[in-house]
Amino acid sequence: MAALLEITSLRKSFGGVTATDDVNLKVEKGELHAIIGPNGAGKTTLISQLSGALRPDSGSIVFQGENITNRPAYSRARLGITRSFQITSLIMSMTVLDNVALAIQARDKHSFRFLKPARDIEYLREEGRELLAQFGLDGRADEPTVALSHGEHRQIEIAVALASKAELMLLDEPMAGLGPTESTTMIEFLKDLKGKRTILLIEHDMDAVFALADRISVLVYGHIIATGTPDEIRSNDDVRHAYLGEE
Amino acid sequence: MLQLTRTDWLTLVVMLALLILPPVFLWTGNEFYLLLATRLVILAIAAVSLNLVLGYGGLVSFGHAAYIGIGAYAVGIPVYHETYGGFEAVAGYGAGIHILLAVVISAIFALFTGAISLRTKGVYFIMITMAFGMMAYYFFLSIDEYGGDDGLVIDIRSEIPPLNLDNPLQLFMIAYVSLVIAMIVVKTIVNSRFGMVLQGAKGNNERMVTMGYNTYFYKLTAYVISGAMCGYAGALLGNFTTFVSPDMMGWSRSGELMFMVILGGATTAIGPVMGAAGFILLEEFLSSYTIFWHLPFGLILIAVVLFARGGLVGLIKGKGK
Amino acid sequence: MDYTLLIVQTLNGVQLGLLLFLVASGLTLVFGILDFVNLAHGSIYMVGAFICASLTFVVGNFLLAILIALPLTAAVGYGIERLLARHLYARDHLDHVLGTFGLILVIDTSVHLIWGPEGFAVPLPAWLDGQVEIFTGVVIPTYRLLIIGVGLAVAGGLYWLVNFTRLGMLIRAGASNRVMVSALGIDIQWLFALVFALGAMLAGLAGMLISPITEASISMGGEIIITAFVVIIIGGIGSMKGAFFAALIIGLIDTLGRSFLDDIFKLFMSSDAAETSAPAISSMLIYILMAVILAVRPQGLFPPKVR
Repeated sequence: MAALLEITSLRKSFGGVTATDDVNLKVEKGELHAIIGPNGAGKTTLISQLSGALRPDSGSIVFQGENITNRPAYSRARLGITRSFQITSLIMSMTVLDNVALAIQARDKHSFRFLKPARDIEYLREEGRELLAQFGLDGRADEPTVALSHGEHRQIEIAVALASKAELMLLDEPMAGLGPTESTTMIEFLKDLKGKRTILLIEHDMDAVFALADRISVLVYGHIIATGTPDEIRSNDDVRHAYLGEE
Repeated sequence: MLQLTRTDWLTLVVMLALLILPPVFLWTGNEFYLLLATRLVILAIAAVSLNLVLGYGGLVSFGHAAYIGIGAYAVGIPVYHETYGGFEAVAGYGAGIHILLAVVISAIFALFTGAISLRTKGVYFIMITMAFGMMAYYFFLSIDEYGGDDGLVIDIRSEIPPLNLDNPLQLFMIAYVSLVIAMIVVKTIVNSRFGMVLQGAKGNNERMVTMGYNTYFYKLTAYVISGAMCGYAGALLGNFTTFVSPDMMGWSRSGELMFMVILGGATTAIGPVMGAAGFILLEEFLSSYTIFWHLPFGLILIAVVLFARGGLVGLIKGKGK
Repeated sequence: MDYTLLIVQTLNGVQLGLLLFLVASGLTLVFGILDFVNLAHGSIYMVGAFICASLTFVVGNFLLAILIALPLTAAVGYGIERLLARHLYARDHLDHVLGTFGLILVIDTSVHLIWGPEGFAVPLPAWLDGQVEIFTGVVIPTYRLLIIGVGLAVAGGLYWLVNFTRLGMLIRAGASNRVMVSALGIDIQWLFALVFALGAMLAGLAGMLISPITEASISMGGEIIITAFVVIIIGGIGSMKGAFFAALIIGLIDTLGRSFLDDIFKLFMSSDAAETSAPAISSMLIYILMAVILAVRPQGLFPPKVR
């Protein structure tokens, strides 16, 4: 069976710096695939090429059998790819519920609907509140997003990504900047989500990665040096040498 | 139970005052103030339409006066040809053809210039919309038949039986009703699913794109709606002044429209109306004292930018909601 | 076609282009480094022309007047920076536009108060007032040659300043990385004020140079600022090289369009139609050019590197 996402010979450089160097990667439907690597390895650049925020210089990205390499970002979202951002990217001026409701609304074919007030549309609000309830945020649904804490912003990022019901979720360091308790909650949540969606996870927290991932790919200087199960990665000499810092 | 916020009350009071005061001026022999109010209300329509893109869409259009000019020429040119012959396809005195031309040509101009301008962002967008506005300005400036620099006198106002636009009170009432409709239209659009996407794109375009919205088309649609509404305001203004010239579409006119929106308070329904009122009353007040009124006027504009963010609505609303 | 006219008009186009470059370079410098949109840049151009016009009458020599007027316009720029611009840097571009829009009203009315509503003709010294024959049959005013010379010299000077001096290094670094410049211990406020004053001086110089041809008038600022904006949009906002080439392109297209477009149109349409449409099209030519270039390259011809 073909993989859900298949990346072939992907390359991207900025000026003289090669951020993505001949990346080949397959993500199977339903797996939680983690990408680890040192800072500056090109993890976010890779995600951005998958989501469509950046265009690769060469190579191809095939999603559900369709070549999406040159599709714009909004069109990839329609096909079923969503992402969260390493640096929280929400619509701060709107309420928490509005953010989630917009993500739900995006599933409709288009939003050229001018008459009915969006905040009176039941299914957008109901489903939005239910999603927020999963994070215990339903009580704060009507507050301006900017008023919430960093930890809550990270949770809303995930809620927004979930709302799209996308088959593939690209999660860029969902645990970034979270305290220990918040991290634990997030890990529990992702564990729960595992199997229901296909997830490509970038994360620095190694405990989280090894606890969650079905497979792990190690990205160093834009190049994938190893892919395998957590156990295989742990015992891989190249990885130990290049990344885990052991001799 | 209908719960009115402070802003709602403000909207009601201002709109009622605008409705009641001008006829009272007329009946007490102060027709001048009725005319002032008519100009105010017409420019308020333009400001309300600009607010759709500037306030809610975050698209700083510096060329909206072009639509006012297009709308006014859409009255002047058909009247000119009906009177002096030629160009029979558009010639006519009827309000129907005037408004149709004003709205459709404004929409087409907005579609064409918006399609290019919206490919850019930030300061590029500001300057490009300004440059396109000036393109329209120079276009009309260079047509000698319509008076070029000197402009075109509109001999006969649009005919819209049983009404009569030569009657100042009727013209005012039409402008007033148009303003109320414009405010309702913008409010409805803003609150709709379309409007949520527009505001979302203002707040965080990348996030909206990642959600799956092709925000370019939403912005372009809003831009076209705004341009068409502003063109309608131009048709009213042409009927009010019975004169149209390229000067109505110069970049300083566009700047004034932007100022009305910001002075009143963007992203509120009543803001642009209060901004237009504040702008025109201040202009009238200062210019009655000195021919150099632009000096204090400019200083006040600067002070507003530096110290009164949130505009008049923000000042009145204060901190509480 | 009349080739003598073509050569003369090409030189006129180059002259217009270089004047536009003087205005646009200041605009693009201030935007590139300060991220500040100065709508009142055209008013500084106008003030420069008036100061120079007055000084010409006082000292009796146009060139000497320019030398005295240059630091004065720089001082005007410095004043604007201290009193207004500095307080708006942290705001968004909309506030820049509105604030400097108010400033235009203030400056224009002040000039009206000081110099009156009429324009000022500026007399040239006799040796500049003549004409020269540069080729057989091609005669152009000496003064236009001087403008071309000064424009090229300033362009060269700016190139040297930006690429080979310490100030230029700071300017280039400031454009791409403000934090770094601050970290180097450079007084960034001083640098910003200097850049602003320099930009004002360049605009003022352009106003002074044009005043003997058109006379100094209050409306001259509003006319040039739009074209200067078109120049820096086409060139790529913040790019000095872009401003130079775009200014020349605009200067040439505008001048040649106004002289020859009707002749070109007559090649494929009736004489009547050509005479009606050519003026309309030629007055919009630079905007059409801008639209076409932006449709293909939204960031302009020479977009500066991402900061």
